[in-house]
Amino acid sequence: MIEFKLPALGSDMDEGTLLEWKVGVGDTVKKGQVVAIVDTTKAAVDIESWQEGTVHELIAEIGKKMPVGTVMALLLEAGETAPKVGAGGTAKPVPTAAPAIAAAAPVAAPAPAAAPAAPGRRMISPAARKHAEEKGVDLDSITGTGPHGAVTLEDVEKTAAAPPAAAAEKPAAKAGDQQAARAADMRKTIAAAMSRSKREIPHYYVAEDIPLAKALAWLQSANAQRPMAERLLPAALLLKAVAMALKRYPELNGYWRDGGFIPVAAINLGVAISLRQGGLIAPALLNADDKPLTLLMQELTDLVKRTRAGSLRSSEMNEATITVTNLGDQGSNSVFGVITPPQVALVGFGRVAERPWAEAGGLKVLPVVTASLSADHRVSDGHRGALFLLELNELLQRPEELEK
Amino acid sequence: MTDAEIRAVALATLLSIAPEVEVDELRGDRTLRSQVDLDSMDWLNFLLGLHEKLKVEIPEADYAKLITLDDVVAYLQKKLGAG
Repeated sequence: MIEFKLPALGSDMDEGTLLEWKVGVGDTVKKGQVVAIVDTTKAAVDIESWQEGTVHELIAEIGKKMPVGTVMALLLEAGETAPKVGAGGTAKPVPTAAPAIAAAAPVAAPAPAAAPAAPGRRMISPAARKHAEEKGVDLDSITGTGPHGAVTLEDVEKTAAAPPAAAAEKPAAKAGDQQAARAADMRKTIAAAMSRSKREIPHYYVAEDIPLAKALAWLQSANAQRPMAERLLPAALLLKAVAMALKRYPELNGYWRDGGFIPVAAINLGVAISLRQGGLIAPALLNADDKPLTLLMQELTDLVKRTRAGSLRSSEMNEATITVTNLGDQGSNSVFGVITPPQVALVGFGRVAERPWAEAGGLKVLPVVTASLSADHRVSDGHRGALFLLELNELLQRPEELEK
Repeated sequence: MTDAEIRAVALATLLSIAPEVEVDELRGDRTLRSQVDLDSMDWLNFLLGLHEKLKVEIPEADYAKLITLDDVVAYLQKKLGAG
């Protein structure tokens, strides 16, 4: 029997809320198949299965919070038969699809009235009925607060006195409250993860100014031959250069776990993406070093779109081996980021801007970006970090080699 | 198309990318990207949206001309007139 557990979708996740099952009891599950949608404090994430089997039991309940590691479902392995159960029963099938639930906090069940009224007839005091007629108040719109849910004179008076727009404003106010609560949750999550990072990881920082005249000229020339939908952004070139440079500096790509460094062969770049409502998520561009620039740009565009739409996959949330943050052309000159545990490094790019550049005894004006590296001193040191940035610089002077 | 119609298309495209924008508060003569938080990906998607809706080709070399909303409307009007 395979226990399908709630995975940690990033180091900053302690719990999640099941929004929807995408499979039912008896369904065959393949590797990589999305089996559930789980809400973290940051996004609704498609949870993939990394094992094959047949769904035997769905344990997790829709709308309930559960800690990371909770057994959500039981799967039968190939050839395995369902264990016999005692009298009274077989595993209960659980509904496979919940009604559409927004990626917001689960909606609480409506609070029951103090005591339900008898079915079929509402209890309304005569004075309340008379006053409602005089004021033109619809009795069906009133929730009674009297004994057994009876509508009282006071209930009618309150409804009559309320401004007409008040009722319409309530749902909006509630939605606003939910959004504010969600934003506060996200800030708490980010603060907890970053505090842990600063507490546990001995960061060091190095930076390098990189002239981008050649890279941008190459991009402009390449984009002139492309339709608008296929044009490349400088961000794609920077990401590809980071991925290629990491091949020579594997001590920056991997995880610190159980007191030691575990290098990872795959180069999965966590791309820090700001959300319009505030906060950020850093899902991964998987195997970035293996992808041609055009594909990397397509995947980056798709990743940003899905991140902001709240539609990410679990593999994108928990497989980043290093993070890249790019402030873009609206940002500051440089950024020195906080490492995302259990990763051991973060690369930052500031704004690409024209700056004076001294070279060969002369002075000129060039587009320049400041690249920085925040890295874990338990794994590497500043000398290696500086060499990594020099490698990055050299790669960006040969942009045509980054295309394939 | 009139300038007002082009402006309406531009604002609708902008809202599809940045739904939080208060259109009434946007100044047409001020830098668009300083009024609306648009990163380079958003900006590319904005221009791509205009291209798809108005069938206007916007070469990358012209991006620098598109600073304000008024610039965008004037540029598109010129392109549409030429087409």
